Amino acid sequence: MTSVPEVTEAPSREGAGRRLSSFLHRHPRLRLSLLLSGPVGWLVIAYLGSLAVLLVAAFWRLDPFTSEIVHEYGIDNFRTLWERDVYRTIAFRTIGIAAAVTITDALLAFPIAYYMAKVASRRTRRILVVAILMPLWASYLVKVYAWRIILQENGVLNWALDPIGLTGPGFGNVATWLVFSYLWLPFMILPIYAGLERIPDSLLEASSDLGGRAGRTFLRVVLPLAFPAVVAGSIFTFSLTLGDYITPQIVSSTQFIGNVVYINVGVANNLPLAAAFATVPIAVMVLYLLGARRAGAFDEL
Amino acid sequence: MIESPLARWLLRGATALTLTFIYLPLALICLYAFNSGRSLAWPIPGLSLRWFGRAFENTGVRDALWMTTKAAALATLLALVLGTLASLAVARYRFFGRETISFLVILPIALPGIVTGMALNATYNTTGIDLGLFTIVVGHATFCIVVVYNNVVARLRRTQQSLEEASADLGADTWQTFRLVTFPQLRSALLAGALLAFALSFDEVIVTTFTAGSDQTLPIWILANLSRPNQLPIVNVVAVFVILLSTIPVYVASRLAGESAGNRATGVAGGAR
Repeated sequence: MTSVPEVTEAPSREGAGRRLSSFLHRHPRLRLSLLLSGPVGWLVIAYLGSLAVLLVAAFWRLDPFTSEIVHEYGIDNFRTLWERDVYRTIAFRTIGIAAAVTITDALLAFPIAYYMAKVASRRTRRILVVAILMPLWASYLVKVYAWRIILQENGVLNWALDPIGLTGPGFGNVATWLVFSYLWLPFMILPIYAGLERIPDSLLEASSDLGGRAGRTFLRVVLPLAFPAVVAGSIFTFSLTLGDYITPQIVSSTQFIGNVVYINVGVANNLPLAAAFATVPIAVMVLYLLGARRAGAFDEL
Repeated sequence: MIESPLARWLLRGATALTLTFIYLPLALICLYAFNSGRSLAWPIPGLSLRWFGRAFENTGVRDALWMTTKAAALATLLALVLGTLASLAVARYRFFGRETISFLVILPIALPGIVTGMALNATYNTTGIDLGLFTIVVGHATFCIVVVYNNVVARLRRTQQSLEEASADLGADTWQTFRLVTFPQLRSALLAGALLAFALSFDEVIVTTFTAGSDQTLPIWILANLSRPNQLPIVNVVAVFVILLSTIPVYVASRLAGESAGNRATGVAGGAR
């Protein structure tokens, strides 16, 4: 088939543009490739390409005398990370606090999400969604800074606890756990709310008609149906905690995986070691995502 | 339904407590911006506007603000173009690897920020690209694509393809159809996506620390000045400014996109970084 007859038939008002347009119209695959080339090109080159460089760099090494990066492949970096107690402690601390934050947020998020989905009126519900959404977007750094002011020695928390003879946790692991739980709470509330909203009220009524008390209905009907949504929320709380290094830096003096990575990139200039350590959160997240997919959490995202 | 009156009151109480927990720190930082004293000790001695004047005179703040605005605007523009193209492809065509495109778009915010930052930094280092505005924009655009994409895809799924087919049947070319039929339907979704992308870029800090070099965006300026006690009163003012500039677009966007977009977890996921 040639395009000649159609070109002569088409109104010649816009000439070449018109011809290009009808050519594209007859070739949907070409249209699709043109649409995709920009975004896919960008993401593959700028992003996947960078991830590939990162993974490759993890197997390079640093010459101990010249501090130059040697492009030879080996697993020395991973051996260093595994054998040095300090790195192992940091990895376990990071993963442990990420898990603690996830559990805390799930417990805190459930009541408010349930209230939003099943008790509140439509109007209240809409207001509450915006009320949860707005602080989620409010500057991350400012929120951490606000907690630094709250937790400091002469801050508002110690001032409030002083009359009852208590003091706040100060800066450290407890502060890190508290601030992370605060930061990622909206990420847990929103998926659980969306998940609970999808449970038809008739199911809950059926359960109570069949003699299930509130507690039993909650345990046997609501919780199993809402579980994938909780896992969906936990992807955010877990991943965001694993990859963070600013919060530990501001409200604690202990280090996270991110701190070691940042120091090795910026100060120590040991890109290979940093890249090797950065693969730890990637590996943990891949395992976590595989587990989450089994739990059916991807439909809730 | 199944909740007893007592359970309802308990849930209401828990909701009120959770909201207080979420908003109290933000309210406190706003109060500190009006602190008449210099120290951060609580209680503050009184209220005044004097740090606002100081903040606006501060050249470091002004340069950083200009830098952030430029970076956010450019990243938003790139994300708008790339996100719209990707969403048109995914929503309007059936092809092999369609699911992979969605995954690829979401990946930059699904992986920890430090991985994205570190990966970009390793690439710039290896290829010898100097860090600056360009590298900041590349990083921000990469993770902003997803918010535009999510908003536009959601809208395209709700609008009918038959309208576009009708337009083509009536003799409109591809470009006319896009301009006169598709675009007007997408307008508010595009605006919502753009506002969210801007807000996301405006206060991103983790990826930026790896890609900014010696250039300072506003969040980087805040981070650098947290360790300088005599700058903290100005940091408080800048903090309020950043809160307002990142939440107002979100409020407007949530109105534009409608309730359904606000509920989707991935639509809001980038917010933390």
